[in-house]
Amino acid sequence: METTETFAIELSGVTKRFGGIYANKDASLKVRKGEIHALVGENGAGKSTLMKILYGMYRPDAGEIKVNGRAVTLKSPKDAIDLRIGMVHQYFMLVKTLTVAENVVLGEEPVKNGFSMDYAGAREETRRLIEKFNLLLDPDALVSNLSVGEEQRLEILKILYRKADILILDEPTAVLTPQEIKYFFDIIRKLSSEGKTVVLITHKLKEVLALSGSVTVMRQGATVARVETAGATESSLAQLMVGRPVVFQVERAPRTKEELEKSDTALSVRELKAMSAKGHAALNGLSLEIKKGEIFGIAGVEGNGQSELIEILTGLKRPVSGSVVMLGKDIDFSRNSPRRMFDSGIAHIPEDRHKKGLVLDYSVAENLILGRHREPAFSTMTAIDFKSVAAFSAKAAGDYGIYPPRTDLRAGALSGGNQQKIVVARELSREPRLLIVSQPTRGVDVGAIEFIHKKIIETRDLGCAVLLISAELSEILSLSDRVGVIYRGQLAGVFGAGEVGEEQLGLLMMGGKA
Amino acid sequence: MTMKLSKTSKGFLINIGVTLAAILASFIVGAFFILLVGVNPLSVYWKLFEGIVLNPYGLAQTLFKATPLIMTGLAIALGFKANIFNIGAEGQMVVGGFVCAWLGFTFSGLPAFFLVPLCILGAFLGGVLWAAVPAILKVRTGAHEVITTIMMNFIALALTNYLVTYFFHLPETVHTQLTSQAAFLPRLDQYISAFKGSPANVTLFLAVALCAAFWWLIWKTPYGYETRAIGLNPSAAETGGINIRRNILLTFLISGGLSGLAATNFIMGYKHYFEEGFSQGVGFMGIAVALVGQNNPFGIIFAALLFGALSHGTLVINALVPKDIIQILQALVIFFVISANLLIKKYTAKLNEDRS
Repeated sequence: METTETFAIELSGVTKRFGGIYANKDASLKVRKGEIHALVGENGAGKSTLMKILYGMYRPDAGEIKVNGRAVTLKSPKDAIDLRIGMVHQYFMLVKTLTVAENVVLGEEPVKNGFSMDYAGAREETRRLIEKFNLLLDPDALVSNLSVGEEQRLEILKILYRKADILILDEPTAVLTPQEIKYFFDIIRKLSSEGKTVVLITHKLKEVLALSGSVTVMRQGATVARVETAGATESSLAQLMVGRPVVFQVERAPRTKEELEKSDTALSVRELKAMSAKGHAALNGLSLEIKKGEIFGIAGVEGNGQSELIEILTGLKRPVSGSVVMLGKDIDFSRNSPRRMFDSGIAHIPEDRHKKGLVLDYSVAENLILGRHREPAFSTMTAIDFKSVAAFSAKAAGDYGIYPPRTDLRAGALSGGNQQKIVVARELSREPRLLIVSQPTRGVDVGAIEFIHKKIIETRDLGCAVLLISAELSEILSLSDRVGVIYRGQLAGVFGAGEVGEEQLGLLMMGGKA
Repeated sequence: MTMKLSKTSKGFLINIGVTLAAILASFIVGAFFILLVGVNPLSVYWKLFEGIVLNPYGLAQTLFKATPLIMTGLAIALGFKANIFNIGAEGQMVVGGFVCAWLGFTFSGLPAFFLVPLCILGAFLGGVLWAAVPAILKVRTGAHEVITTIMMNFIALALTNYLVTYFFHLPETVHTQLTSQAAFLPRLDQYISAFKGSPANVTLFLAVALCAAFWWLIWKTPYGYETRAIGLNPSAAETGGINIRRNILLTFLISGGLSGLAATNFIMGYKHYFEEGFSQGVGFMGIAVALVGQNNPFGIIFAALLFGALSHGTLVINALVPKDIIQILQALVIFFVISANLLIKKYTAKLNEDRS
């Protein structure tokens, strides 16, 4: 049976080098028609490169590509589209000022009377596809008004309009909220039941188990295994990805109520009100208290005031009203700045490492002192002491397992997990008394997640107070000593460790009652 | 460490090679335009070579023209490091020049020991003053410096013209009186007799010293570290606790000061008075110098020499072809060098591409 089966996609012996480095080395991939296939691997394992080869964006140095049993050569994405292959990239490519239907037909506009664009036809066809695949979009909505989840569905719609039978989705759930992810799953199952073949690039193993029929695991550019999902577990897949057993639940003893009551308060926020950058009310009287040696987790859908809370606590923003007592000091907002906050003993791991955490064109060493470059250990008024910077960064790279351990490399050349380790190393080596962490493991692979979680717990055990903000409920639940849910700028409930589950948090995050 | 050095020096050599190739290409395309006016391009290029490289006077003129270009090039490059596009170098240079000359003839009793530093400082502060308005507007209100500095250029020209015409001109002329002899800077022909007749002067050494200072400031000091971080990723810099507004203000002011210093070449080294139009577009040319020199102080010296040579070349080939040919050549050099650099960037980016 196995030998006569035709595969929708069959890649074998694919090798691709950039400069002297192998991005793919003898990689292979087999996907049955109509199945949902997951392609997993750590950052830098070569998943995206392999898919870009299949989509005609890169040409392989060696290897064979078969689509529906026929050997093909792909010179450009146009060739892939002609073979009914479509790809949704991690970062969307939409024209914000056009409507949904206009975006769908862009580049392949239907024409009437020989020359004018057939808007009615475009809308009609868009509506038909939306209904067929249950995509819940309004063809006439402006893209600038869509949520991230809707934008993603529009990207899928675009490739369906181009009659794709094989859909490649690159890290599709990285940008979605838990509720959107559920709906996204339904759509993928619907596509599969309509006979479409789906390849999911991901490193979220829970999703792989929930959604896929079979899995290909990549490591260091090569395919290390192809397994049926039915026989796999999270830890078996993780072990294949990383090459060693991985711990998902970091060992830790949650603080008991008695311990917390005895401990001093590190951060006390009272009735904080603030506006967002766009001028909406973002925080509506939020109050919370964090003890020394405690991890306080805040769960919530993005845009409910998390960013504003962090900006206030790190000195980037002034609240409208309310007070913050941090490490025993009443914060004077009129004279506040990030510099003062850092000097008073906080550290900050920002949510978006590319935007806020790193200067990608700086070397690893330069990034390791960003914000700390004025410390006497690293510089005088007139000169940076590059010797001590080199010594410090070499030690930090070793302590935090930054790979490759070359601190003269451009930070942008490292994988996502290693970039995040730079930020973590820099902030934790400040030896903070209050640590503010946002989305510490977003887009980071399992090995690095494990490491970063361990480091956060270690910091807590040294007596540091930790404010953890994350969209990953499992992360919040596995690390926090207490959990609060943020909804419309207020805390909608605070729970001790083990008092609450994902389901209940999910409800509160959407404004429901627990 | 050795790996790092060899890697950067390799990139450096590629860069120089590609830049030279781009300049060669611009001369090849330039030949086409020379043919259009019916002249043999080889004879024009030979004439250029003869008049600039083989002739000591031409060499001195090149140095003279390059001196202020180095300074305005540095001014604009410094701004670029912090994502500031200072198009106001021209106006800053004019105001710096006026202040420099005014100090030179007002405090004419001072000995050179005091007057020379005073005039140089005055040129610097004049430029700082003129950059202060757009700088403060930028950090306070977010007003874009491209607009405000252009407007400040017009104001600088109008204001100095007014001052000279109504208060300071010598009868029958459009320039001020001469500065005190004490503010005269020595010409190079005092030391190298072959440079006889050229106003090339010791301001050149000031320009080169500024290049060294620029390098040290940008690559060795905490200020330079912060400035580069702001240019590359302002939100990461801000999150890291760098005071962006203070740095941008400071960088803008220093940039203005460097533009102001460019005036010393003319005022203290050449004519010794302020004259309407003395800046001759050197402030704008500094943009091209910074771009071709890739915001690197040594690249800027090279680019300033190139544009200085071409500028003197206008006179050298005047008899053969219209002087607009030189402007075409300048434009081609800018076009080719910048395109070539973009190509290098694209190529190296492809090599470094994220292999996720």
